[in-house]
Amino acid sequence: MITQSWLPLLVLLTSLLSGLIIFTLPENNVRTRTTLNLLAAFSKIGLVSWMIWHIYQGQHYQIHIQFLPNIDFILQMDPLAVMFVSLSAVLWLVTTFYAIGYLEGSPHRSRFFGFFSLCVAATSGVAMAGNLLTFLICYELLTLAAYPLIVHRGTEAARKAGRTYLIYTIGGGVSLLTGTVWLYTLTGTLDFTPQGFVQQLSPALHPQLTIIFMLLIMGLGVKAALVPLHGWLPQAMVAPAPVSALLHAVAVVKAGAFGIVRVLYDVYGIDFSATLGVTAPLVMLAAITIIYGSLRALTQDNLKRRLAFSTVSQVSYITLGVALAGPIGAIGGLVHLVHQGLMKITLFFCAGNLAETLGIHKISEMKGVGRRMPLTMTAFTLAALGMIGVPPIAGFISKWYLGMGALQSGLTWVIGVLLISTLLNAAYFLPILYTAWFDRPDTEPIAHPKTSRLLLWPPLITALLSLAAGLFAALPYTPLEWARFIVDLEFLQP
Amino acid sequence: MITPDLGITLVVLPLTGALLAFLIRKHAHWIGLGTALAVSLILASLLTDLVTSPGDYYYTLGGWGAPLGIELHLDGLSAFMLMASVVTGLGVSLYAFSYFRIPPQDNGKSAAFWSLWLFLWAGLNALFLSADLFNLYVTLELIGLSAVALTALAGSRDALISAIRYLLTSLLGSLCYLLGIALLYHTYATVDLTLLSGRITAQPSTQAALALITAGLLLKSALFPLHFWLPPAHGSAAAPVSALLSALVVKASFYLLARLWLELFHPIHNLMPDLLGWFGAAAIIWGSLLALRQIRLKLLIAYSTVAQLGYFFLVFPLADNQSDEMLVGAWQGAFYMLLAHAFAKSAMFLAAGNIQLFSGHDRILEFDHIAQRLPLTLAAFSLAGVSIMGLPPSGGFTGKWLLLEAAIAQERWGYAIIILMGGLLAAGYVFKVIGHAFTQAQTESFISETRTIPAMMQWVALALALVSILLGCYPAPLLELLTIGNPFNFFHPGS
Repeated sequence: MITQSWLPLLVLLTSLLSGLIIFTLPENNVRTRTTLNLLAAFSKIGLVSWMIWHIYQGQHYQIHIQFLPNIDFILQMDPLAVMFVSLSAVLWLVTTFYAIGYLEGSPHRSRFFGFFSLCVAATSGVAMAGNLLTFLICYELLTLAAYPLIVHRGTEAARKAGRTYLIYTIGGGVSLLTGTVWLYTLTGTLDFTPQGFVQQLSPALHPQLTIIFMLLIMGLGVKAALVPLHGWLPQAMVAPAPVSALLHAVAVVKAGAFGIVRVLYDVYGIDFSATLGVTAPLVMLAAITIIYGSLRALTQDNLKRRLAFSTVSQVSYITLGVALAGPIGAIGGLVHLVHQGLMKITLFFCAGNLAETLGIHKISEMKGVGRRMPLTMTAFTLAALGMIGVPPIAGFISKWYLGMGALQSGLTWVIGVLLISTLLNAAYFLPILYTAWFDRPDTEPIAHPKTSRLLLWPPLITALLSLAAGLFAALPYTPLEWARFIVDLEFLQP
Repeated sequence: MITPDLGITLVVLPLTGALLAFLIRKHAHWIGLGTALAVSLILASLLTDLVTSPGDYYYTLGGWGAPLGIELHLDGLSAFMLMASVVTGLGVSLYAFSYFRIPPQDNGKSAAFWSLWLFLWAGLNALFLSADLFNLYVTLELIGLSAVALTALAGSRDALISAIRYLLTSLLGSLCYLLGIALLYHTYATVDLTLLSGRITAQPSTQAALALITAGLLLKSALFPLHFWLPPAHGSAAAPVSALLSALVVKASFYLLARLWLELFHPIHNLMPDLLGWFGAAAIIWGSLLALRQIRLKLLIAYSTVAQLGYFFLVFPLADNQSDEMLVGAWQGAFYMLLAHAFAKSAMFLAAGNIQLFSGHDRILEFDHIAQRLPLTLAAFSLAGVSIMGLPPSGGFTGKWLLLEAAIAQERWGYAIIILMGGLLAAGYVFKVIGHAFTQAQTESFISETRTIPAMMQWVALALALVSILLGCYPAPLLELLTIGNPFNFFHPGS
């Protein structure tokens, strides 16, 4: 049963309107701003949970608004959207708490939280988009809303990073727009359909479809940081910690990866993509990105920069998983969308705590911090081990399914890539853990550092969530179960 | 049914206002504001009427029909242009109400502005409603002369020089146009558009008339390479005047060209559409590149106008010889872009006016620590910039989407690439300005001597920019309005 429902729009509006109102608040009106932020974040979670509950009972949520003569603006809650929206809603709430603590007393907070909410609104739009036009609109909105956050500090480095970011993302946007319009002129529709809507076109158009696919992937690959389009991401780490956390875990990077999933599943259809021969190059590209990102991460001394290259590598697991074109690999890729978000946001929160509390930005300065900030470093350790793929943390589940998927698709070399990547992950995360827990600090600590509770709880919660997602993976309502559900829809329905 | 008087009031009211403002100089600003509000109300009721009973309306002045009397014509396209004129006009009027009371502007300047601007407004509205060639010539002259006088109003040396250049160009353009009409009148013995369209055939004299009229109008709408007069004039005029010139005046002659093309010259064209398309493409690239190189904000915005005008001209090749749906799509795209550009560009010029007034200069490189102290103005500039870049959601995006769709569907890759390149370059010059807003928190020593800006001037700029964004949020009804009375399918009505 599909009925017109305002709920998806409402989910979008919770963050959009709160963002717009926050812009108008005076700088020192902390109480109203905080209340509004939390109210919006909580009501978003409430709305999403309400919808998930009803979706289990067979309800569908969709809203059509006429936009252009033949294309509607569509928001819908299909299973894939539910996954991404829930992730963004939960992490938005956590990051809001963190950001309130992190930015206490710093200038331009109304501007910051305004754009922060806009970013989340755009991400929800990306998640719930029911056709490629809606997706494009929200995707570009995200491009614009993230810019002020990246340059928030206003330093020369931040402004340079902002320029780089714009050059990459606006260029990518143009590529995506071209692909979208071109596709529309061929098919006359852009509505996401399970198993795709382009396969009925005549074979004579297949070369064009391949070019369009490349254009779309180029546009999305910029945000998903596929090599060689990843250049902006390591630079963007100059942004404040909550921004990096959100950017790497949910908003910008994930929107790109999510878009790739959408294009493969609901525009081209995974079977048709495989027939068209576009998945194999995508697997190659993802594999190269995974190795390259890890290799670059090895040599970074700046903690956030190392984490950024790690994102480059880890986000491509998602692309890899879905591009393997088999159900098991797809489960691995999709579940990694959530798992990587939980783990990476933890790591960035912890990096922010180190910088805020002890002024530590480099790994070489981290000697013995484990004893000075045990809770932060515990969270960091959990997430880092998860990234490496140590059971029973979430990352292990993703890698397990990816490996099985590679076997199922007969691409044994992908297993090799996963192994190398795991070794490299270990090689760039374990030294951090070692130095933090076992090295003696260079100087004796003067006083016991104090991290505010607003900064401490968010990484602990997300670290525990990523542990739980791995431990209880087989229970209902977990990311893994939901990924299976999505994959069933894509692969098993006639 | 529409009361015919409503349309006529849109012309008569500003004309009366202009006279009153000229006579009662002391209260010119109140008269101007009152007129602007009244005109807006009338347009609102006119649009309501048109939407409730859609159609193609002709009415005659004083009961004398064509070919003897003056006939007015109202359809979706003219209503659309009236909307651009009235909404921008209202915004600029509200802005000017505050602007001309800030010293060093004096009361004399204020009175001159209001009478000239209302005169210009009457001319614009009359042009959008006219249905015969001679009447159109008269309105074109009204617009040209008052626009030149408004440019000169700034009083600086630059402004006077560019006003004189503008005057000569404008007169040359009108002259070409008049010659063209004379040829047509000589051949077909009428200047009424409907009558002419029934009689017109491809003879040498008609071809010559077509060439002359087109050349004259291109000169007036500053299509590359005839744009030389525009940047200095738009860059040196007072802020509200620049906004009017860029948002409305150049578009009036584009509208006229499009209208004549649709109703008269469509069947007898030869190389024209492609030629216009090439010039348009060159304008997009050249204008954007020059905008990127500017060091003064107002000149940057003026060159951006040169570039954006180019987009509108792409419609001629893209709508030529196409199926009905494709043709209407391309025209809708061009005019939607035009509407969004009118609002966005006026918002940009008003924002630039605020910045100039605030800091005493408009040198972009020195905007650090200035831009962020005017958050509303900067928001206005940025939102308008989004529409100019053609990023969603904005009116500029909707227009660009439709044009791009036409270009790609016809596999005219050159135009598609130009459309996309223009967007990229626009992003370059818009962010060149916005980037200066994000600087480190300022210390006391950085605070320079500034002047306070009335809230009204900031809010008006923001409101106009918001309208250009909102246009992109729900375009369907406006796109439908544009096709009322079938203005784009003139030769195959009913199909």
